[in-house]
Amino acid sequence: MSLLTVLELTPLVGAALLYAVPKTNAKLIKQVAFVLSLVALAISALIAYRFKSNVSGMQFVESHSWISNFGIRYAVGIDGLALVLILLTTILTPIVFLAGWNEADNGRWSVRTFYVLMLVLESSMVGVFAATDVFLFYVIFEAMLIPVYLLIGGYGRGERAAAAMKFLLYSLLGGLLMLAAVIGIYIISTNQIGGTFDTAKLATLHIDSGTENFLFLGFFIAFAIKAPLWPFHTWLPSAAKSATPATSVLLLGVLDKVGTYGMIRFCITLFPHATKTFTPLIIALSIISILYGAFMAIGQRDINGLIAFTSISHFGFIVLGIFAMTSQGISGATLYMVNHGFSTAALFLVAGWMIARRNSSQIEDFGGLQRVTPVMAWSFFIAGMSALALPGISSFVSEFLVLVGTFTRYPVAAILGTTGIVLAALYVLITVQRSLHGPVAPSNEGISDLNLREKISIAPVIALLVIMGFFPKPVLDWINPSTNQTLQAAGYTDPLPKAGK
Amino acid sequence: MFTSPNLNYALLAPILIVLAGALLGVGVEAFARKELRAPLQLGIALLSVAAAFLQLMRVRDQRSITAAIDSFSFDGATVFMQAAILVLSFFAILLISDGGNFTAQASAIPGSEDEHSSIAEGKSQTEVFPLTLFAISGMMLFPAATDLITLFVALEVLSLPLYLMAGLSRRRRLLSQEAALKYFLLGAYSSAFFLFGGAFLYGYSGSLSLNSIAIAISSNTGNDIFLLLGIVFLMVGLLFKIGAVPFHAWTPDVYQGAPTPITGFMAACTKIAAIGAMLRIFYVALAGDQVQWRPIVTVISIVTMLVGAIAAMSQRDVKRTLAFSSIAHAGFLLTGIVALNQSGLKASLFYLVAYGFATIGAFAVVTLVRDSAGEVTDINRWVGLGKKSPLIAGSFCLFLLSFGGIPLTSGFIAKFSIFTAAYESGNTSVVVFGVLTSAIALFFYLRVIVMLFFTEPKSDAVTVSVPSVKVSFVVAASVIVTILLGVYPSLLLNSAQTFATFLR
Repeated sequence: MSLLTVLELTPLVGAALLYAVPKTNAKLIKQVAFVLSLVALAISALIAYRFKSNVSGMQFVESHSWISNFGIRYAVGIDGLALVLILLTTILTPIVFLAGWNEADNGRWSVRTFYVLMLVLESSMVGVFAATDVFLFYVIFEAMLIPVYLLIGGYGRGERAAAAMKFLLYSLLGGLLMLAAVIGIYIISTNQIGGTFDTAKLATLHIDSGTENFLFLGFFIAFAIKAPLWPFHTWLPSAAKSATPATSVLLLGVLDKVGTYGMIRFCITLFPHATKTFTPLIIALSIISILYGAFMAIGQRDINGLIAFTSISHFGFIVLGIFAMTSQGISGATLYMVNHGFSTAALFLVAGWMIARRNSSQIEDFGGLQRVTPVMAWSFFIAGMSALALPGISSFVSEFLVLVGTFTRYPVAAILGTTGIVLAALYVLITVQRSLHGPVAPSNEGISDLNLREKISIAPVIALLVIMGFFPKPVLDWINPSTNQTLQAAGYTDPLPKAGK
Repeated sequence: MFTSPNLNYALLAPILIVLAGALLGVGVEAFARKELRAPLQLGIALLSVAAAFLQLMRVRDQRSITAAIDSFSFDGATVFMQAAILVLSFFAILLISDGGNFTAQASAIPGSEDEHSSIAEGKSQTEVFPLTLFAISGMMLFPAATDLITLFVALEVLSLPLYLMAGLSRRRRLLSQEAALKYFLLGAYSSAFFLFGGAFLYGYSGSLSLNSIAIAISSNTGNDIFLLLGIVFLMVGLLFKIGAVPFHAWTPDVYQGAPTPITGFMAACTKIAAIGAMLRIFYVALAGDQVQWRPIVTVISIVTMLVGAIAAMSQRDVKRTLAFSSIAHAGFLLTGIVALNQSGLKASLFYLVAYGFATIGAFAVVTLVRDSAGEVTDINRWVGLGKKSPLIAGSFCLFLLSFGGIPLTSGFIAKFSIFTAAYESGNTSVVVFGVLTSAIALFFYLRVIVMLFFTEPKSDAVTVSVPSVKVSFVVAASVIVTILLGVYPSLLLNSAQTFATFLR
């Protein structure tokens, strides 16, 4: 049994264990869930340790027949791209457990249900990145919506049921379009090489260009809804406003990366010609996302809404980097996925603490927190700096790589994208100024600073943001081979620098 | 001279056993003491269904098209569908026997003195068991019949008891009787159309047997207009039975009016029988003329999906909602007929079983939600049921998710395989409409889930009654099958694959 399967099963075992704990003993439930997520983290660290970055192709491969009638297999394996996203999942899960220790207490259902859903979600996130069988990927891609739906609807705030519904319907619509495409490519494989869902084998098919375009769109729209790209983004702000911080972190930090991950893994690899056809359109959409997200963020009064729109802007950068089709672009985009995960985690967690203390999510209700709660304010400041990609913090490296990678092929797009950075400075600094600086609002005087548990949970995130800002090489070493493989499969080479410049 | 027909009794035995059970039941009605009838009838019904199933399993590997001269084909598809009908009927009978759903005396006028006294005396209409058995025997014959007369006889044998049973509801009896009358009148019309179509096909081919019709089509005898008329009229009769648009108007009324266990029985088992017969007619007899009927069925399939999904959104009654959902599913099942290939047959068989179990389970849950006046089917009063009874409400949600085709439920694999078959045969339009309709349909399934789990319960007298052993068994079995076929569908897909054959 591959270590990946062990890693998928660990949180599920944890979820089953929780049913052995009495429902009323909330403390023990939280401890068990936390310990299990640490075990998962340890296993993923072992996987990372044993991962060979100089080997191309999938590692930790395991494959069993699942539904033999359709050639469907339980097939898992990872390359650098999947590895970093799995690590992102397993690092963030214990952090959100610790950070949101009391989040589940006032939910619609019991504390136990919350942690069962969270652990099931962790397992499926690992599974979705590890799956190398398109059908298996699809099944997990769809099935993981249910725990998120219940987490938003059951433990969120405000219009949580409506937000959860909107999220689910959008995602399912995208998923069903993808299902049609999955069926389509399966039938083509049946006619050419015998029915299979193996990603590597499907990449060798010869598909006529009309069909290829349709299949590409089926996959791409599903991923664009997930990612989310303008104009498929409208579900995100309402979900982010309603979900608890822990759910938001996993939703925006990890789950939405399935969209951008899928673009690299499936759209580009399986449909290289269609990718070429649609690249101009997608580049345009991503530029719109970058600018639209940034402008909307400037106008936000709700702090969670702000984070949601900055994420739309950042996902624009990621998609731009992917479809620039250069090695810096794709590596940068992959690194961006990781950095954005940690950056959003920091933002949502600190914002969540601020909201819980102040009992309001309006930016204007804060003010002068720097003096009252220095640790919390500094944490928020650093999180904000990572969102505007300050040099020295990890997001700078990835944003730089994306823009450099884009410039070599699409200079105009890169220049337009750069304006997104300026706007980012604007929305982050305005928010920082309004919420942290200025005179202390009278209602803010009694607010307490972060306690030890909260400090312990935010510290590793901030540490990672800074360390990876100065020393991104180990992560890039994992990413680069799989980037090169993707480009090779799609038939692209980096444009050479023009002589004399 | 008259020669006695050569019958293969071993292969006909499953149907004969059920018929014998039905006759025995009639005898019990006539001779047994009143208080003994209900347990006796239940025992006879369950035993005869179980015995028929065992006999079917004993002969499952035999194949014959001459078991009853050439009117009955004992092939893979027959075995599979008969087995599915028997298993689902077993569960349906358990639901039917769970007291309180049927009128005390059907002949008493609703609200009359007669009715009150019959209720006070504790009468019950135990005739419902033999009626069910007669219907089952018709359902078993319908997908196996290979000539138009036998098909018609089977259609009537399965329909007549259902017309009657639809009118037997204990509460809201006028609604129930109205439903029965509607079902009967429209059903009689559709049977007439079926017969009319059969006459045209006889005129075209000079034979009633499906195989001879196929030969006549392949030898192209001219008179294509008779063929087309025959197909169209035959289709009217069949589409009525599965509730496809535009012959669906009876479905919501009958589903709502009929006693809930009967609705579940009808929804699950009639669909298997009718789709089974359609598959045989179109695959065996009419495959050669696909140029003419395929576009028609394609359009009907798409329209049926759309109408079912869209109309369901505005429903306020749980049973009507399920009725429209069954209409949408009839549309999905028609894609299996449009596919016209072996995968289409295999997928249809799997779909029918997956859908049947989820349906029986869903209607079993409906029987449990009650207030002092009986079943509550107004969806607005189901609000917050998840809090009152998480297990039952959770099972209901699982069935809805399966109807909606969410992965890891049987409904997803069913949809996947039937769309794959349709795509394989080149009918991409059906697939595209199918996935889009699924998205629409999901909206109303989710709406119900939101009501059950995400809305605070009102202080209302609606409760989930403690399920009896029988009902718990039905719900639990449906839940297990729905999950098992979603997670490990090979269990059934492999046998669907093996049995997906029509003998010609």
